[in-house]
Amino acid sequence: MRSVSEDSQPSVHLEIRDLTMAYGSFVLQRDLNFTINRGDVFIIMGGSGCGKSTLLRHLVGLKDPAKGDVFYSGESFTESEPERRREILRGVGVTYQSGGLWSSMTLAENVGVPLGEYTDLTPREVSEVAGFKLALVGLRGFEDFYPSEISGGMQKRAGLARAIALDPEVLFFDEPSAGLDPISSRLLDDLILELRDSLGATIVIVTHELASIFAIGNNSVFLDAKTRTMIAQGDPKYLRDHAEHDDVRRFLRRGEEA
Amino acid sequence: MAAGEIALVDSDSATVAIRLSGDWQVRDGMPALAVLEDGMSSRSGVSKVEFDVTELGEWDSVLVTFALQVSDFCASHKLELDRGGLPEGAQRLLGLAETVPEKSDARSAEQKSSFLARVGTAAQNGWGEATGMLAFIGEMTMAVGRLLRGRARFRMVDLGLMLQHSGADALPIITLISLLVGSIFAFVGAVQLEQFGAAIYVADLVGIAMTREMGAMMTAIVMAGRTGAAFAAQLGSMKVNQEIDALETMGISPLDYLVLPRMIALCAMMPLLCLYADFVGILGGAAVGVGMLGIAPSAYAQQTIGAVTYTHLIGGICKASVYGVLVALSGCMRGMQSGSSASAVGDATTAAVVTSIVLVVCASGVFAVLFYALGI
Repeated sequence: MRSVSEDSQPSVHLEIRDLTMAYGSFVLQRDLNFTINRGDVFIIMGGSGCGKSTLLRHLVGLKDPAKGDVFYSGESFTESEPERRREILRGVGVTYQSGGLWSSMTLAENVGVPLGEYTDLTPREVSEVAGFKLALVGLRGFEDFYPSEISGGMQKRAGLARAIALDPEVLFFDEPSAGLDPISSRLLDDLILELRDSLGATIVIVTHELASIFAIGNNSVFLDAKTRTMIAQGDPKYLRDHAEHDDVRRFLRRGEEA
Repeated sequence: MAAGEIALVDSDSATVAIRLSGDWQVRDGMPALAVLEDGMSSRSGVSKVEFDVTELGEWDSVLVTFALQVSDFCASHKLELDRGGLPEGAQRLLGLAETVPEKSDARSAEQKSSFLARVGTAAQNGWGEATGMLAFIGEMTMAVGRLLRGRARFRMVDLGLMLQHSGADALPIITLISLLVGSIFAFVGAVQLEQFGAAIYVADLVGIAMTREMGAMMTAIVMAGRTGAAFAAQLGSMKVNQEIDALETMGISPLDYLVLPRMIALCAMMPLLCLYADFVGILGGAAVGVGMLGIAPSAYAQQTIGAVTYTHLIGGICKASVYGVLVALSGCMRGMQSGSSASAVGDATTAAVVTSIVLVVCASGVFAVLFYALGI
């Protein structure tokens, strides 16, 4: 396992260069430039409809950029061959806003799919590892449940268990705390930090939950819906008081004037 | 109190008061602005409008909506409006409704487009549809290529489940439909053939019609409504639930993992179901022939065996195999093309059934010409 403390110098893990996102001729965000360091808890924030989730879809290759590129450890993702993309995606875990669990499979089978796909483990070993991953997110004993039989918060955690099945280097979260009660949301934040420390993973979170942003984020980018580009970058706690843009400060203070 | 009413009262030469009386509530409807419009056009020199609420009873949003209309009217006729007379709550609501300026470009999408523009859009959509279909067929061909080279991955459990869904589970409905179609043919034929005293030829009619044409056709239509629609709905809701995204980010091709098992299952089951439908249809015809026309069972059987050749039977099964590919392809294609909302899944399901049935009927026409040309 990798550990954050080993490399004292922050090294760039993901680099987003001149990224422009568009649906047909409608440009959603243009000229995004930022880097995400290894071990960061990086927050992608912004108002509703500004393209946060779409940015995440670009980062994991679900959508191709209109212009620009995404680099994983210096390697271009957009221009990679499909086989190479697959290799890169192997080191990536994604959790989805609506869970994204395969409804025809039990939780253990869900977590087992990536293991079966990418490793040479025997079916018996796969189910043991899957059980362990489910235990990590607090779902021990739920191996044989179907996604429809558990609550929304548990589905999110099961989605997380599937995302960490292959001990990814980067973990993406799409609105992890949406629809969770405050306590579950807090527990999920703690779990994310715990995973960052134990897996040594880089965490990228799309969210607009202020409590989570300040509790776990150490770097961030703010996407603006009006100007359709990023207008702030840095530690969210610093941005709350010192962001150049009024909108960013207001956003981070829940609308109160700075 | 009575429902809301308005009346215009001249306060002084330059000011008109709108007197609101009665209850202004949603369930009573809203008085028309016409009174104000008519009243203002018959007066001249008026520069200010105010409200008189001394006779106003209960009120709710209707009053505020009316006040907004008055406000718009005054703005467009350059009249000063004094809202001071309105109840305080209504004034606050009015203020709230007016804090955010009207978004002028929000309505641009509803612009009426000209006939030519609509034709153009329809043509573009049709073109997009055609290229989408070709692209899907291309991708499926590549997926089948991977399957033949043993590189496509899907769960055998899924394939088994799909085989059961599109095979065994379809038997009851296929039985019912085929039995009825067979007996309907027998009835129609009997009426005509009995006039010539040739009732025994009902067996030929039913046997050849079922094996050559109707067995395959009815099976295809039942499977389009039953299984094709199910495929589209399953894949569509997987899209809504981001299950397909999850597969893609895991580097697993959704075509291999989700579509191939469905295609294989339906394509494997269709010929079998068709054969079964042929048999049951002939039984239905026999029931009518034996029960109503009084033909001896052995004679009916003999006549059927004489009439139905292997060419008929195999021709029908060939058709069924092609129909199976078409139904599975349309169902899966519409499902994978589905948008990400509940209504989009409904649309995808409808489109899947329509596409399958259109394709099946077209293919049936092609087969008819082909078989005729080949002399089969």
